[in-house]
Amino acid sequence: MNDSLVIAGKSYGSRLLVGTGKYKDFDETRAAIDASGAEIVTVAIRRTNIGQNPGEPNLLDVLPPERFTILPNTAGCYTADDAVRTLRLARELLDGHALVKLEVLGDPKTLFPNMPETLKAAEILVKDGFDVMVYCADDPIQAKMLEDMGCAAVMPLASLIGSGMGILNPWNLRLIIDQASVPVLVDAGVGTASDAAIAMELGCDGVLMNTAIAHAQNPVLMASAMKKAVECGREAFLAGRMPRKFYSADPSSPTSGLIGS
Amino acid sequence: MIQLIINGQPERLDQALTVHALLEARQLAGKRLAVERNGEIVPKGRHAETLLADGDRLEIVVAVGGG
Repeated sequence: MNDSLVIAGKSYGSRLLVGTGKYKDFDETRAAIDASGAEIVTVAIRRTNIGQNPGEPNLLDVLPPERFTILPNTAGCYTADDAVRTLRLARELLDGHALVKLEVLGDPKTLFPNMPETLKAAEILVKDGFDVMVYCADDPIQAKMLEDMGCAAVMPLASLIGSGMGILNPWNLRLIIDQASVPVLVDAGVGTASDAAIAMELGCDGVLMNTAIAHAQNPVLMASAMKKAVECGREAFLAGRMPRKFYSADPSSPTSGLIGS
Repeated sequence: MIQLIINGQPERLDQALTVHALLEARQLAGKRLAVERNGEIVPKGRHAETLLADGDRLEIVVAVGGG
């Protein structure tokens, strides 16, 4: 069955997107990403050392852009201007690569998105030719605004970034999914494999996660679990679950032909 | 002598260098990085011809682990 995820006209076999932060070292980063089967990996953009630390290993040597689709993000940006500047640097860094993850934060405690700044940045970036995957609140109205503006994917949080609290508002996610004509990915909040499966069963097109894998006791094993959870949630969604029948049992075995009847 | 701000730090150069020469001097030439000068991207193809001037503010960035 061909069931690829299409983002900005490009097809991907994996619906699991992963971050590259919080790992012990680059070896663990690469091993976990390989086990996850992810094709799209998100990276942050930061100032380099300027000669103080020559020979410092470079993440893109561990995750070569020829092999992975690198998704530069704007983590840590609190204004539209900083986010746009960061992604213009990322595009230069990645030789004109257009697919980016926009996130504009509103608060260092919750890392909740600042939606007015997010909308402002998205508009500038789309006009500038970027394919924008956008981290957003689970607000169907603003998700629709981002889609109408031309974003390539909308990525509502399921719970706070790095919290591992799981899918806190499945109903809002369903509203966003049901109205969207671009991919909807849960970005943030997944804690364990069942959370990823639930997101996919709701009809999400994909899941983006970092901490759930990197801060597991065994990140490589959790990466493998997440790969399967996303696949199994997707298959369950496509299969279509049975209707819920509260207080109305329905035996699976024949009701006739019982002995002694 | 010229004064620059590189990644937020004041730096002095004995003479005006090109972006490329600065990267070479800091052992950064050939690495996967991007340069912004006074808020404008300096494309890789222009590193060798872009001469830095007194008061320039540079940002030199790389990809790092993040989510």
